Amino acid sequence: MTGFRINLSYLAFMLHRCSGLALVCFLPFHFLVLGLGLEDAAALDEMLVFTQQPLVKFGEWVLVVLFSLHLLLGLRVLVMEWAPWPHQGGLRSGWVILAGLIALALGWLFLDGVIS
Amino acid sequence: MSNPMFEMRLYLLQRLTAILMLPMVIGHLATILYATRSELTAASILERTQSSPWLVVFYTAFVVLVSIHAPLGLRKIMGEWLRFSPKLANRISVLLCLGFLGLGLRGVWALTGAAMP
Amino acid sequence: MPHLTVRIWRGADEGEYQSFSVPMRENQTVLDVVSEVQRSQDQSLSYRFACRVGVCGSCAMMVNGKPRWTCRTHIRSLKSGVVTIAPLRNMPRIKDLVTDMSGFIDKWGKAGNVFESERDRRDAPVAVDPSSPRRKAADAAIECINCGVCHAACDVVSWNDSYLGPAALNRAWSLVNDERHSRKKETMAAAMGDGGCGNCHSQGNCMAACPIGLSPTRSIAGLKKMSLMSLLGGSDV
Repeated sequence: MTGFRINLSYLAFMLHRCSGLALVCFLPFHFLVLGLGLEDAAALDEMLVFTQQPLVKFGEWVLVVLFSLHLLLGLRVLVMEWAPWPHQGGLRSGWVILAGLIALALGWLFLDGVIS
Repeated sequence: MSNPMFEMRLYLLQRLTAILMLPMVIGHLATILYATRSELTAASILERTQSSPWLVVFYTAFVVLVSIHAPLGLRKIMGEWLRFSPKLANRISVLLCLGFLGLGLRGVWALTGAAMP
Repeated sequence: MPHLTVRIWRGADEGEYQSFSVPMRENQTVLDVVSEVQRSQDQSLSYRFACRVGVCGSCAMMVNGKPRWTCRTHIRSLKSGVVTIAPLRNMPRIKDLVTDMSGFIDKWGKAGNVFESERDRRDAPVAVDPSSPRRKAADAAIECINCGVCHAACDVVSWNDSYLGPAALNRAWSLVNDERHSRKKETMAAAMGDGGCGNCHSQGNCMAACPIGLSPTRSIAGLKKMSLMSLLGGSDV
């Protein structure tokens, strides 16, 4: 990001697009794992043991944060496009920071649940 | 595109699926956070998921919406970042939509199938 | 006297930066520097300017990677000993700092941006209420002088050849809100077409770069909302 791209709205676009891209890459695997329950519960159990590894848990944490971020930044886009603008410069830049903080808070809630 | 409003209609579809998914994503996040605080074994998961027909409705709708929403986003990325022609991006998006639908509905069936009457 | 290093793009799409050393002065704009190089060091340097005071919008260039009016950019404000000057982005280059702006102008036409009225000189002028919401929306967008800075700043323009861009769509927004414009339907149809407002990702580069603080992102958001209303069978334009 150089020059004119240094603004929070551009950062929001990049985070929104890249989080969406990451989520969509994860989606087929998520569906496949759920499908394991169809064949036999043992395979699903094996997968659940596999997900107890710290590295996999870290991946899940990343996904939870990205999922929340994609939701919140998407909400910002919808509001920007469909609600009246408060003033000429109303890119709702503060929302980007707020979205990041809420996503991290939700990530913390996830970690808290995993650890306890 | 034969329809001059094709791009705009897809844009509308992207936004409408997004709005419908807003409460669903919140619900799914709540489910995730709840699940980390409960027993995670195949038996316990299946017991929870197979107890409610509403879960079938919820997750079936979620899978259908995400199968529309995600390929529409990828279609833009294919056009803008990978410079795929509109025709190619459209075809891949349709295939992805069908793929997500198939895999997703299969997953929902696996988890909740027994809840159906 | 301290000197400033200026790197200026030479050539067309193929070319390279050439370095010049220019005396640093108390009050000096980027356009002053380009003029000084052309007058005292290399007369073959090509660039565009007219008014020199931020009225005409013809001296826009990429200054240290950002599209700006060079006449309104003081060297001091750049806080850099090396200044890199290139022709505007997202347009074919003709020579040195001069771009071919015809594609940009053509997009204005494609966006249905020619004002048309059904009235003629025998009719009384339309009484436009300056405080009506539509007029206010048009007024907020109308000061655009077509300099191309936002078009150069927009990443979607560089990613999608058919995208009409922030300037053309901003103009479309001021026209569909102009009660005297008689071809609103055509203007709206272009704004809703394949290269239209639905392509904008609200990156805000246009707003960050506009030298007079206009908000094409807001205008395009207005067009999006109007498009959805019309697609959902709601209000006619």
